[in-house]
Amino acid sequence: MYNYSDFDEAFVRARVAQFRGQVERRLDGSLSEEEFRPLRLMNGLYLQLHAYMLRVAIPYGTLRSDQMRQLAMIADRWDKGYGHFTTRQNIQFNWPKLTDVPDILGALADVQMHAIQTSGNCIRNVTADHFAGAAADEVADPRPVAELIRQWSTDHAEFQFLPRKFKIAITGAAADRAVIRAHDIGLQIVREGDQIGYRVLVGGGLGRTPLIGQVIRAFLPKADLLPYLEAIVATYNLLGRRDNKYKARIKITVFENGIEAFRAATEAEFARIRPEFTGVDQDILAGIEAQFAPPAFRNTDPAPFAAALAVDPLLRAWAERSLAPHKRDNHAIVTVSLKAHGATPGDATSDQMRVLADLADRYGYGELRISHEQNVILPHVAKADLPNVHAELLRAGLATANVGLLSDIIACPGMDYCALATARSIPVAQGLATHFKAIGLEDEIGKLKIKISGCINACGHHHVGHIGILGLDRAGVENYQITLGGDGSEQAAIGERAGPGFAYDEVIPAIERLLRAYLALRQSRGESFIDAYRRLGPAPFKAALYPQEARDAA
Amino acid sequence: MSRRFTPKVVTANDLRAGDVIYLTADGRWSRQHHEAELLEDEAIADLRLLMALGHGDRVVGAYLADAKPGPNGPEPVHFREAFRTRGPSNYAHGKQEAAANV
Repeated sequence: MYNYSDFDEAFVRARVAQFRGQVERRLDGSLSEEEFRPLRLMNGLYLQLHAYMLRVAIPYGTLRSDQMRQLAMIADRWDKGYGHFTTRQNIQFNWPKLTDVPDILGALADVQMHAIQTSGNCIRNVTADHFAGAAADEVADPRPVAELIRQWSTDHAEFQFLPRKFKIAITGAAADRAVIRAHDIGLQIVREGDQIGYRVLVGGGLGRTPLIGQVIRAFLPKADLLPYLEAIVATYNLLGRRDNKYKARIKITVFENGIEAFRAATEAEFARIRPEFTGVDQDILAGIEAQFAPPAFRNTDPAPFAAALAVDPLLRAWAERSLAPHKRDNHAIVTVSLKAHGATPGDATSDQMRVLADLADRYGYGELRISHEQNVILPHVAKADLPNVHAELLRAGLATANVGLLSDIIACPGMDYCALATARSIPVAQGLATHFKAIGLEDEIGKLKIKISGCINACGHHHVGHIGILGLDRAGVENYQITLGGDGSEQAAIGERAGPGFAYDEVIPAIERLLRAYLALRQSRGESFIDAYRRLGPAPFKAALYPQEARDAA
Repeated sequence: MSRRFTPKVVTANDLRAGDVIYLTADGRWSRQHHEAELLEDEAIADLRLLMALGHGDRVVGAYLADAKPGPNGPEPVHFREAFRTRGPSNYAHGKQEAAANV
């Protein structure tokens, strides 16, 4: 995994020192809030409903065990003993005091972490497939190039004041686990013959105008990546609208100008600046790639795991949900659910963080990943160790076997924390998870992605949920719109609004009607909700959501 | 006919701790909504907000929020402001935590 260079170390330390001075000047009155606000946002510090919130980047979702322990220490020492993992592979601390934040940033720098560019109209934390470097279906590990992009975009002089924020996601596999089609730029590593390159998408995004990204280049040679990214962002910087915040994202720029015109402008800029890239970036990338060399995988016999599976039904149920194929036959990728029924999606206590760090050290080569679906991943576990890992997760209350099921819900913080929210998300997620567990339908329903956002900005990715829930404020009362048929995978689709919204206490009964209709309509257990929806269209599902209207129409 | 003015309180966050706070009639900042000054006159509300904005060394993000009279003092009108008087609904953190420790 990547280790900071002397330059990185000095840069991050200098930022901490600068911010310490800025906080002091804010407190002694030399800086007004108007002057201080952009400075704190540049360092990830927001003011939310009840307190400040510090958003810390977990670049491309990769964490070392010592970093996870430090996050636990920060949670205990300066916060309330937990952290919240977000849909953009960040961790948010919900209760820091302004006066403590410089020390927190210092503690992050001690383990090569930072909160730089986790806010503001700049290039944000680069996200990646959370199975990167481990997945059996991967063309190449996307993390080295994600790290290159992090270095290139950090404090990039031309891109500190873009029309709006800018998000890049990258995957090394055809299966899209990083929602690249809903990012400003989505990158997929592809192979053509013996050449590695990138499929480049542009103009995707959720929020109030959800759009699926379009291909701007089907194959970009590896060495052209940085100049091409620079050309895209420069084109956006020039053409992007600054007159209207809601039309300022690149998705609108691409939509209004058309992909052809946007591509032509990008290609012209690319041709102009390409000669300036003399190969230094590729030398740096080669150095980064060397640091992402896979760990020295142990060659253990997986037979004990197969034997344990045969006799332990709990292990079997957990393994069925939690394991993904590793590129080595005798290893597996373990997803640890942070979605125990009734828990807050994405929250981990400091104790849980330490358990995960210890497991990573003992069984996982010291590596951890954070998924955009708000779970934690042990990317490399020898199959022989899986029974032990499961037993320890069980003891720590982290063995919930619900990955990919109804209760594995993405939810933004919503109006329980967020100053922008128009309604709560967390209690809706908690209520759905506990209700469907209580009525015993979760396993029967099978694979399902429910995603909940507490406002139109869509941090909870509701547009790409098979079932999306959007919380709004309707005349001073919480009201929830349901969208159907969204998909965040390589078959990306924006969900369709089903009809009028539901009051807070009507949401769970409505979802139950919807899912009971699915169970009655599906061809077999093998036909998932989204497959049935695609086969049948929205009509029977809308009829289940709105039985009164269906009766009136009859 | 002029629109009837909805009574307001001045609210903000504490600069250092981030806590939700309310401006009282005697110019203090209280953590309790019911201790806030209920402003029933628009011109006075604007003046009190201006005064609050002058407290930039102690508070951040001051604004006027709708409120209504209650038996123990002003009460919030909108659910967002009601949440701000308590804290999040998933944990007993924030003001509800402080209340439990009294």
